[in-house]
Amino acid sequence: MANSMAKSFLQVAATEEVVSPLRVVQIEGLVILKIIKHCKEFSPALVTGQLLGLDVGIVLEVTNCFPFPIREEDEEIEADGANYQLEMMRCLREVNVDNNTVGWYQSTILGSYQTVELIETFMNYQENIRRCVCIIYDPSRSNQGVLALKALKLSDSFMELYRANSFTGEKLREKNLSWMDIFEEIPIKVSNSALISAFMTELESDTPVTQCDYDRLQLSSNPYMERNMEFLIECMDDLSVEQQKFQFYYRSLSRQQAQQQAWLQKRRADNMQRKAAGEDPLPEEDPSNPIFKPIPEPSRLESFLITNQIANYCNQINGVSGQSFNRLYLMKSLHDN
Amino acid sequence: MAAGDRTVLQFNSPSSAILSAKVHPLVIFNICDCYVRRPDQAERVIGTLLGSVLPDGTVDIRNSYAVPHTESAEQVALDIEYHHNMLVSHQKVNPKEVIVGWYSTGLGVTGGSALIQDFYSREVPNPIHLTVDTGFRNGEGTVKAFVSVNLALGDRQLAAQFQEIPLDLCMVEAERVGFDILKKTAVDKLPNDLEGMEVTMGRLLALIDDVYKYVDDVVEGRVPADNNIGRFIAETVASLPKLSPPAFDKLMNDSLQDQLLLLYLSSIARTQLGLAEKLNTAAQIL
Repeated sequence: MANSMAKSFLQVAATEEVVSPLRVVQIEGLVILKIIKHCKEFSPALVTGQLLGLDVGIVLEVTNCFPFPIREEDEEIEADGANYQLEMMRCLREVNVDNNTVGWYQSTILGSYQTVELIETFMNYQENIRRCVCIIYDPSRSNQGVLALKALKLSDSFMELYRANSFTGEKLREKNLSWMDIFEEIPIKVSNSALISAFMTELESDTPVTQCDYDRLQLSSNPYMERNMEFLIECMDDLSVEQQKFQFYYRSLSRQQAQQQAWLQKRRADNMQRKAAGEDPLPEEDPSNPIFKPIPEPSRLESFLITNQIANYCNQINGVSGQSFNRLYLMKSLHDN
Repeated sequence: MAAGDRTVLQFNSPSSAILSAKVHPLVIFNICDCYVRRPDQAERVIGTLLGSVLPDGTVDIRNSYAVPHTESAEQVALDIEYHHNMLVSHQKVNPKEVIVGWYSTGLGVTGGSALIQDFYSREVPNPIHLTVDTGFRNGEGTVKAFVSVNLALGDRQLAAQFQEIPLDLCMVEAERVGFDILKKTAVDKLPNDLEGMEVTMGRLLALIDDVYKYVDDVVEGRVPADNNIGRFIAETVASLPKLSPPAFDKLMNDSLQDQLLLLYLSSIARTQLGLAEKLNTAAQIL
């Protein structure tokens, strides 16, 4: 009997937990307000903060958050930063707030958040926490009346590739990974406690039109579009620089191959001569010759990130144009009447 | 004889002339959240209010945090060290937010509150006491703000009285997020650009309908005419800029064409991206 018990325990210990894929991020209204407040106060500077919550099956609940102070580039402040975090977590624990880090949030300008730093931060977090998420908030877009909140996660296949630090063409083709697969966007659900919802129902303003509506019906979206286009153009420039890098690589690769072929031919001709003269043939390979040195293939990570960013800008432009069309037609009908 | 011993009760008005207080929705959310998470034996939650004092004397309450406390019939004990630690941490992020008062849940003020008010007045010259009635005792959630006023008899301080001051709930941020999202206990999806636009236009249409109906009612004599409202409506209608039809058409078409061009550009950019990606990861021809 003891044997069968031990075996079943061993079986249980042996089977790994199946990690269910993350489907939904459930945020509390409190967290949204806190994020908005923090990002708005310091805009246009970029700020970050920590998310706290619970990891439950396919839902990641975010129940609280706290902001990070703006860090200067200083050695001592690094330790301070860690202290601040520990202190905050400890204090929040005392008032029964979930003490579990589930990710971080950051603000962005016009959606230009796809950088290598983001990926590195993700990898850092991923080492300690099984499931973490990054929430991006765009204060400039929210002035247009849209709640620009996004929850992002790195896709698993991308993470494996990043760990191996190899972004060559074949590997990517193997995994069938394109630029769209780097970041996964997770749908956000909002939940509120019953008490808060009672209060908000109570305190809701009586006016049928809110500030949100004023923002949305604003006719001047030109400055926003202009900045968006500027960023888009800059990114296109960056992309063309990356493309040129690749072209250069391919050209030098083919040139090197041609050189190798030529050298091989010469070597073979030499060998034939030597055989005719009765000497030993020389080896057909010569690793010390510089034309045999493999040229490193440039990493595609940058171009992927830039592509992602461009796609983002395009999406934003589409969204704002859609809104503008609505507004223009509204204006037209008002004028006709 | 001597004008010394005046037996008139003096109400000293608050020295720094605090006229009113403004509360941001985040504070209410924070307080409710702390109340829901309070330890089982505690009846109410006490915490510190952070914010700033505006130049015209209004106190702007922007943030808050709960402070653990123990309470019994006679005494109240507040965890002062926790309070200081949290204050230091918060000020690292936002040095402009200072203590402006304290809050407690539950309607009205109790005896223990005076002691706590005393403690906070050592930190800040005139702390505001905010009560948030989470028990909904009056059938509604009341949020009230108090300031302590000294009652003096002649030269002797008798007691401190809690005097209510006008409280302004400035809900601009909550409105921006959208009350629908903040009201319901569960929202499945955040609205995107076009859905939000739809909702807004629906509201605008409803407003215009209301005004239309009102004007109709007045014309038919069902509702007595109010000159002020009539003037407002006339002003609003007159504020539409008077452009001649060709000028207006040109204006609109120009804007339309600009938007269409941008849309076209962004579509081309995306196509370019698709192509570039195919080229980059295509098999090398060696």
